[in-house]
Amino acid sequence: MTQFGIIGRLSLAAFGLAVSALAGAGSAGAQGNLVVYCTVQEEWCRGMVDAFEKKTGIKVAMTRKSSGELYAQIKAEAANPRGDIWWGGTGDPHLQAAEEGLSEEYTSPIMNQLHDWSVRQWEQSKKRTVGIYAGALGLGFNTKQLAAKGIAEPKCWADLLNPKLKDEVQVADPNSSGTSYTMLATVVQIMGEDKGFDYLKSLHRNVNQYTKSGAAPAKATSLGETTVGITFLHDMVTYIVDGAPIKAVAPCEGTGYEIGSMTLIKGARNMENAKKWYDWALTAEAQVIGGQNKSYQVPSNKGAKAPPQAPDFTQIKMINYDFAKYGSSAERTRLLSKWDKDVKNLPK
Amino acid sequence: MQAVGRSALLWLGLGWVAFAMLPWYLLDGGNLFGSGWFAGYPTGEGGPALVLGLTGKPWLLPPLLALLLGLVPLAFRRDDPRIGSLLVACGVLGLLCIGLEGFAIDHRGWSASWLGHLFGLPGPKQSGMGYGAFLLALAFLMLLCHGLAARGYCGGDAFTTSSIGLVLGLIILFVFFPILKVLASAVQDNAGSFAPALFIAKFFEKSIWGLDCVTSKLRCGVAWNTLFLAVLVGLGTTLLGLAFALIATRTGFRLKGTLRALTVLPIITPPFVIGLAMILLFGRSGTVSVFMADWFGIPASRWIYGLPGVLISQLLAFTPIAFLVLIGVVQGISPSLEEASQTLRASRWTTFVTISLPLMRPGLANAFLLGFVESMADFGNPLVLGGNFEVLSTKIFFAVVGASHDQGRAAVLALVLLGFTLAAFYAQHRWLGNRSYTTVTGKGDSGLPLPLPGVAKWLCYGTALPWALFTIVIYLMILVGGFVKTMGRDYTPTFQHYLTGFAVEWGERGFRFRGSAWDSFWTTVEVSAIAAPITTIIGLLTAYLLARQRFAGRRSFEFGTMLSFAIPGTVVGISYILAFNVPPIEITGTGLILVICFVFRNMPVGVRSGIATLSQIDRSLDEASLTLGARTFTTVRRVVLPLLRPAIVASLVYAFVRAMTAVSAIILLVSAEYNMSTAYIVGRVEAGEFGLAIAYSTVMIVVMLVAILLIQLLVGERKLGRRTASAVAVQAAG
Repeated sequence: MTQFGIIGRLSLAAFGLAVSALAGAGSAGAQGNLVVYCTVQEEWCRGMVDAFEKKTGIKVAMTRKSSGELYAQIKAEAANPRGDIWWGGTGDPHLQAAEEGLSEEYTSPIMNQLHDWSVRQWEQSKKRTVGIYAGALGLGFNTKQLAAKGIAEPKCWADLLNPKLKDEVQVADPNSSGTSYTMLATVVQIMGEDKGFDYLKSLHRNVNQYTKSGAAPAKATSLGETTVGITFLHDMVTYIVDGAPIKAVAPCEGTGYEIGSMTLIKGARNMENAKKWYDWALTAEAQVIGGQNKSYQVPSNKGAKAPPQAPDFTQIKMINYDFAKYGSSAERTRLLSKWDKDVKNLPK
Repeated sequence: MQAVGRSALLWLGLGWVAFAMLPWYLLDGGNLFGSGWFAGYPTGEGGPALVLGLTGKPWLLPPLLALLLGLVPLAFRRDDPRIGSLLVACGVLGLLCIGLEGFAIDHRGWSASWLGHLFGLPGPKQSGMGYGAFLLALAFLMLLCHGLAARGYCGGDAFTTSSIGLVLGLIILFVFFPILKVLASAVQDNAGSFAPALFIAKFFEKSIWGLDCVTSKLRCGVAWNTLFLAVLVGLGTTLLGLAFALIATRTGFRLKGTLRALTVLPIITPPFVIGLAMILLFGRSGTVSVFMADWFGIPASRWIYGLPGVLISQLLAFTPIAFLVLIGVVQGISPSLEEASQTLRASRWTTFVTISLPLMRPGLANAFLLGFVESMADFGNPLVLGGNFEVLSTKIFFAVVGASHDQGRAAVLALVLLGFTLAAFYAQHRWLGNRSYTTVTGKGDSGLPLPLPGVAKWLCYGTALPWALFTIVIYLMILVGGFVKTMGRDYTPTFQHYLTGFAVEWGERGFRFRGSAWDSFWTTVEVSAIAAPITTIIGLLTAYLLARQRFAGRRSFEFGTMLSFAIPGTVVGISYILAFNVPPIEITGTGLILVICFVFRNMPVGVRSGIATLSQIDRSLDEASLTLGARTFTTVRRVVLPLLRPAIVASLVYAFVRAMTAVSAIILLVSAEYNMSTAYIVGRVEAGEFGLAIAYSTVMIVVMLVAILLIQLLVGERKLGRRTASAVAVQAAG
């Protein structure tokens, strides 16, 4: 073993790797000519990309992240955008991007095929973002845990204040999760601001944990780590389909919903292809792909059939959710700091 | 001085090549290995600066002046005292020219509006700098350093000045520059205008500094939570790491190999997995909780969510780092000092407490510092197990990506975090003081390492072994998790998770990697394997400079190297996009940015373990080599490096493993082409597909194990000329 050994072998290893990277990059180097930022579940993203590539022959480079992460990325990249289209994910960050001028206006020729709520989203954002699916807020409970504790099935928001459910309800922290912010806004819209905050204060006693991620309570409910979880109903459905002892309920007082959205990124390098994706993603043909890939949201194209497992929107009492007001950053900041001050720091 | 002359000439030549022949810009969307950046060579966008400068981009020409200035010394005699000053002038001028034009003009025109007022609109445009620009800048930097050496800095040693210059340049470019970019947003409001009042309001907020938990049942501020947790974790990992290191080196424990492997396991575990396994064991429906409830009537509770859970999982995760730092130090302690103590009739316990332990101080301090800082920066464990116990790292993450989208708050919180790290760093220096810890000297030291005294041995066994058992249980859970349908609910055996991720098909054109995890898997292995050796080289070089060279500003230099480690990953991710998405350095979306991010994020461990090991090695060894006529570079290569083997292993292993398992820093940096395993796993966890996440993690653990074995094989063991107990036994028998 010569003394030369370490440096020599290290640099040899580094060199070898760099060369192999060089060789490998040749094949991976072909840049797609559409960059899609996708913020739904991986399978759904892949299903969409495959179908689009097959149909148009356009090569797609897809990045999947959570919608909050992606919004942060698009904002950071604003000086020199890397993505062309942002597809999927809850509407609030899309609306915020529209508000901050990160997105491009566009009118698709097939707007007339869309449900009203989708078109309203588009109008409220001044043509900068459009709804591609909707998911209703609701609650899910672990049937085994509930039976073991002998508690009646909760059916309404009010039922969650049952003292027997002390430390048994889980919901995300609205500061970190769009899901939970939707719930905050929903409660305020159903009950009015003062009563709504009274409700949230009472609910605080029963909340065992404010999770960081919006869908986390669904997982915790499936494992029995909590008895009741508040999430979007389709998040619960994913576990029900998987065989978890969960029952999902849309609250009797009515409930809010999210509009999964799609946005053209301002300054996109492949704007023409991005528009092709935009138009295609609104068609019925593209919108059934979600249901085929274990995502159970309700599509925005009237001609697209909702997957059979999806929560039946006709059976759910939907409130007239004001996305323009509650999606604006000023109102959100105000409500969130009020929640921080009045609810989160209450003693139990 | 002759050496200075020759290598300076080489750099000058390289500078000319870079300026006159290499493509100046990086084109093709930043694809480093594509052919696009040669587009239109030599007169198109892909041409060299000289040609571009003469054909419409005159701002590229000024470096020519510096290059010409660099030629002047050729007319002088080799020992002319003016050469040094000329080289310094050449380097400074060149770097200034490149820096000014690079930052003044970006892809959209003038980078600042006042430039437009000054020179008129619309202004010129240019892409990000490429090979030519970087090589030229490097050449100027080296010329500057050679000039400084010629003027007598650092004892006139060009290797030392060049190394300092290089490391400093890299740290300024890839640590300070991006971090300043993001910290600037601390004093801005969301629209980007200057708002110092808002900064003060955010900084002194009650949710950060509140002390309500002392006086009432309310929660304390997030800063105190984080600090408390980090101190506990720092102390805990140091103690556990010391126990493991002592068992591994100073006892006749039979299963040493197993123990060592066990301590390495947590460090190679992708994030979330430990937290998840903990929930499945100790959560309200966890195996252990249910067992306790059924057999002992202890009601299942949610105690795991909060401080206890985070503390336990962080101890699990970070003890190996303390172990890796401490084992080199414990090995290096000179047996002759201990033997001397015993000869003087000290008992084994007295020797251990008064000789061995104090000699371990640099190791202990460094281990504590690493545990402390790691705990502060950890993101995965608090995310899964934090419950309502909030820490800075998660709060920062959600300030950026959460519903409130407040980058300014993230920057403020990052400042608090930085403050704590700074304080820890300072305290460590005070504690170590200016004592000497040298125990590896040139003199033959053939004493036998002292076996642990009885009490200490049982203490070590008592802490380390239950911990090892606990680790085994956790990892059994993880192993099983990949092969059952749904962990915690449905234990039907299945291979489905592995097939989804890693299916390989035999098709018409040979193997096809059909599984959905392969893409991210190959990228991750490739990026990590490239980053690890670079990290190690830069880290150890820095450690050498810090431990062996005296130069002005050494302390701040040292702090600078720790900075990227202390800053939470999310902030690093954001800062890299802000800094490197636009010219002059435009590398977002490439594999390169991932490599750079890893190198500068993980380098501090190389630095720490390098310093800890170096402070034990007697300077007289270097001096002997220098006296015999070897240059600094030769001394480093033939004397210092071989003695640094434990630090090299630690640094390589750590750099590779951390690159494989990093989450928060890279989640914003991954792109379609360069996706990383952890980003993929996070997606799986979000979707609730823990089976696939665990299966993928298991595959990664195996890969990392293989890599660690390879590293140890490649680097080899350090031979200290000390006998081992078995060697003595053989001699006695013979």
